[in-house]
Amino acid sequence: MSSFARFIRPAIGAWALLLLIMTAPAPSLAQQINPTASSVNERQLLQEMDRIQGRVSIPDQRSSVLMQPAGREWREFRNVALRWIGGVAMLGMLAVLVIFYLTRGMVRLESGRSGRTIVRFNTYERVVHWMTATCFVILAISGLNITFGRPLLLPLIGFDAFSEWSQWAKFAHNYLSFPFTIGVVLIFLMWIGGNIPNKLDLEWIKRGGGLIGHDHPPARRFNAGQKGIYWIVVIGGGLVAVTGYQLMFPFYVSGIEGMQIAQIVHSVVAVLFIAAMLAHIYIGTIGMEGAFEAMGSGEVDVNWAREHHSLWLDQELARSGPNDSQPRPRHAASAAE
Amino acid sequence: MARMKFLCDADRCIECNACVTACKNEHEVPWGINRRRVVTIADGKPGERSVSMACMHCTDAPCAAVCPVNCFYTTADGVVLHSKDLCIGCGYCFYACPFGAPQYPKVGNFGSRGKMDKCTYCAGGPEADGSKEEYEKYGANRLAEGKLPLCAEMCSTKSLLAGDGEIIAQIYRERVLKRGYGSGAWGWKTAYRETIES
Repeated sequence: MSSFARFIRPAIGAWALLLLIMTAPAPSLAQQINPTASSVNERQLLQEMDRIQGRVSIPDQRSSVLMQPAGREWREFRNVALRWIGGVAMLGMLAVLVIFYLTRGMVRLESGRSGRTIVRFNTYERVVHWMTATCFVILAISGLNITFGRPLLLPLIGFDAFSEWSQWAKFAHNYLSFPFTIGVVLIFLMWIGGNIPNKLDLEWIKRGGGLIGHDHPPARRFNAGQKGIYWIVVIGGGLVAVTGYQLMFPFYVSGIEGMQIAQIVHSVVAVLFIAAMLAHIYIGTIGMEGAFEAMGSGEVDVNWAREHHSLWLDQELARSGPNDSQPRPRHAASAAE
Repeated sequence: MARMKFLCDADRCIECNACVTACKNEHEVPWGINRRRVVTIADGKPGERSVSMACMHCTDAPCAAVCPVNCFYTTADGVVLHSKDLCIGCGYCFYACPFGAPQYPKVGNFGSRGKMDKCTYCAGGPEADGSKEEYEKYGANRLAEGKLPLCAEMCSTKSLLAGDGEIIAQIYRERVLKRGYGSGAWGWKTAYRETIES
């Protein structure tokens, strides 16, 4: 028994030593063969973050983003989706308006003109409206040029002329954004009082607002349709302003991915805004008899007011009489507001 | 015709920034603009890698696709160039570029960014090759002189390769085979929609 133990003990010891020698150097050898096994990996980094960022030793820290392939989706949006959204929204609205005009025609003053007028918008309101409107038209045209100019206008006028025009359009777009924003803020403040939605609006919408048929649902100073336009201007204008400034002041608010989102919001809101304004321009001009005067001279016919804003007219008449043939002094007119 | 590409072998880049300096000097790139930069990922940690990056001269380049005035063009060598006379400085290429290549001379706001500037693959611009106007707007046109981009030419570890895509891919493949490892051609999947199998 003891002789067997004497024989087996060194044998076990030798085995153990051999195992130790074989296993110990194995990991260090593998590391030398492939140093990239533990290194940063492009595919893995992109899967984790959708972009790769590191450290740069040059002062421009923004350049530390090595790669961000997200621009590909943005490109798809800009070149395909936006053109469809914009095209359908604006041409669709135009088509609806043309069909509406051809079938319904101008909304007439059914009781004819009374010859007496009442102040609807004072000089201040009209100045703010037209300042905002002028800016809007130029902003819309110069903005649409960025999206639709290359396929539509560039082939017609050539590279040099198109670049020259686009350069000016860009400057106009950037600088007129300031008076436009001021206009939107002033519109928000000066008309907020009459634009809070209430029960009357439901009634107005139910009765088709007088657009469908020849009904004249009662309305205060602003009916549900006008309130809609008001909130489109305030919310839409606010959104395009905020996102526009974000693009105008790069890297103040966000990096590139934030700017891509800002451009998407800016452009989608803008084309929908333009579509809505087409309807607003239509109803304010050829769509309704006597409507333009409200923003033109500022005074509307009393019969127009009775048909479209009966409750507002009653309120105004209770405060002061209508404008009989003589024009009233200006300060009195503003007081009537 | 050759299809020019850049390839940065991240396993050889030592972040010396010579490519950055060479580029700035060769083209007299204005202050504040870096047509090429070296980004170090996982800096100071095990497995860190540095990659030298500039415009990759993409296949079906996103910048060219989104430019509102269509000022980009691709040369017969596959180099993506642009006309500073047509550029309106709108910043769209800069939203679309996956590599952060487009730069603007003015940190400027109010949209006065100035004309976009980016790596030209040392191939100048639309002006006559080697003309004064070309040099002032875009820098040297080494390609027209039969030379390759300076950044790659003077890379001390030959990490940055420039030249015909097929040839530099072959050089890289042989390297990987010989040394037994490689972390891949950074940016190739995004720029050229292909990778080099290693």
